Amino acid sequence: MTEQPMVRFENVSKRYGALTVLDELNLEIARGEKVSVIGPSGSGKTTVLRMLMTLETINDGVIWVEGEPLTHMKKNGKLVPADLAHIRRIRAKIGMVFQSFNLFPHMTAMANCIEAPMTVLGMKRTEAEARAAELLDLVGLSQKKDHYPSQLSGGQQQRVAIARALAMRPKIMLFDEVTSALDPELVGEVLQVIRQIGREHDLTMLMVTHQMGFAKEFSDRVCFFYQGKICEQGPPGELFGAPKNERTRQFLHAVLEAG
Amino acid sequence: MIWDWSFTLEILPVLAHAAIVSVEATLIGFVLAATLGLVLAVVRIAVPWTGWTISVLVELIRSTPLLIQIFFIYFVFPKFGLVLDAFTAGVLAIGIHYAAYCSEVYRAGFDNIHRGQWEASIALNLSAWTTFRDIIIPQAIPPIVPALGNYLVALFKETPLLSAIAVMELMQTAKIIGSDTFRYTEPITLVGLFFLAMSLVSAALIRALERLLNRRTMR
Repeated sequence: MTEQPMVRFENVSKRYGALTVLDELNLEIARGEKVSVIGPSGSGKTTVLRMLMTLETINDGVIWVEGEPLTHMKKNGKLVPADLAHIRRIRAKIGMVFQSFNLFPHMTAMANCIEAPMTVLGMKRTEAEARAAELLDLVGLSQKKDHYPSQLSGGQQQRVAIARALAMRPKIMLFDEVTSALDPELVGEVLQVIRQIGREHDLTMLMVTHQMGFAKEFSDRVCFFYQGKICEQGPPGELFGAPKNERTRQFLHAVLEAG
Repeated sequence: MIWDWSFTLEILPVLAHAAIVSVEATLIGFVLAATLGLVLAVVRIAVPWTGWTISVLVELIRSTPLLIQIFFIYFVFPKFGLVLDAFTAGVLAIGIHYAAYCSEVYRAGFDNIHRGQWEASIALNLSAWTTFRDIIIPQAIPPIVPALGNYLVALFKETPLLSAIAVMELMQTAKIIGSDTFRYTEPITLVGLFFLAMSLVSAALIRALERLLNRRTMR
C-alpha cells in the first residue's frame, strides 16, 4: 500500500464566467515533497495555491488533504460542501506566503507572529513569544522583532511573513511568487530562508515561482502550467534539461532569454 | 438697551443646567450611533445576505427627517406597547439616525483595507471575529476618525430637535424662558453661543485625536 498523498487535486476546475482558469486538474503531492509550479501568467498556477488555501472556491472536483476533503465533507457516504468548522480544521494544516507579504502593518514583527498562535491555537503569550522568537531567529530577524513592517525592507518583511506562517505549524507551505515584489538584491535572502526551512523542517512545499534557477536546484518536481492544465511535469533535471513538450521549450527559452 | 446683562446673569445658571442635558443627549446618542453603526457595517460584511436589508434600512433612515423619527418613536411606539420617556425616545432616535450615517463611514473604512489583509487572516485561520477585532477594525478606524468626528458635531447641533418632544435641553429651556419673560434675545443668543463654543472645542479635540492616531499608525 502506498502512502497517502499530502495533497490531491481530483478533477478540479475553476471558471470565471466563460473563462476556464483551471481545467480538470489532477495533481498529487507526496508528504515532504517540494513542488515548483511554473508557467506563463494567466496559466492558472497561482489559482492552484489560492484554491488550496481556500481563498478561491472551486467549481468542480475535490481537493484532498491527507485523505480528507478540503472544501467538502462526507455525509451519509456522499460529499457535500463543507461547513466552516470543517474547512478551518483542514485549513490549519496549510500555511501561505504571499507575493505582497500581507503583514499586518499595525503590529510589530513579533505581534504578527503571535497573533494567530494565541487566538487560533490558544497558546499562552509567553509560549507563543518563545516560539516566534525561535522562528524570527531562523529567518535571521531576531534583532527586528519590535519593528513594524514599514520599518523593514521588502526582503525582511517577506521573511517575517514566512516566520508568521510557520508559527502555525503547518504541514504544507504555499509560496506564491514570494520574490516577485522584491528588489533583485533582496531575492537571495528570502530564497536562502526557504532553502533552510526546506532542509530543517519536514514540510510539504508548493511554490509558484519565476526563479527558474531556484526551482531547478530546490524542488523535487516541477510542473509547467499552460492554459489551465499541467502541460508537462517531472524532476527539474528532466524538465529543464530535456523538455518534451514544445510549449515548455518555448516558455523556458523565453524565460532564459530574459535572463 | 436691547441686551440686559443682569437678566443674562439671572438665566445663565438655568441654561447651564440645560446644557448638561444637551451634552448628555449628545454623548449617549453618539455612543449609540458609533456602536450600532459599527455593528451594521460588520454584519453587512460578515453575513453577506443581510446586505440588501441593511442597505434599505440605512437608506430609509437617511432619507427621512430626524424630527419625524423622533416623533415616531415618542408618539407611535407607545401604540405598539413601547412607552419611552421623552429623553430616552429622543436619544434613541438620534442614535439610530446617526448610526445609519456612521455605518456608511465604517463601510468606507473597511473598503479601504487591502484585500491581502483579509487573505492573510484566512491563511492564518483566524476566525471572523478575531479578523475584525485584531486586524480590520484597528486599521479601518484611524482614517475615519475625522468623518466620525464631523458626525459627532452634526449630531450635537441637532439636539435642539428634542425640544419638539419637550425634553428640557437648551433650546426648550430657552423657549420657556422666552415665553415666561417675553425676552428671547438673551436666551436664544446664549444658546447659539454655547453651540458655537462647543462645536469649536469638539472640532479642535477631533483634530488633536486625528494627529495622535496618525502619529501612532505612521510608524
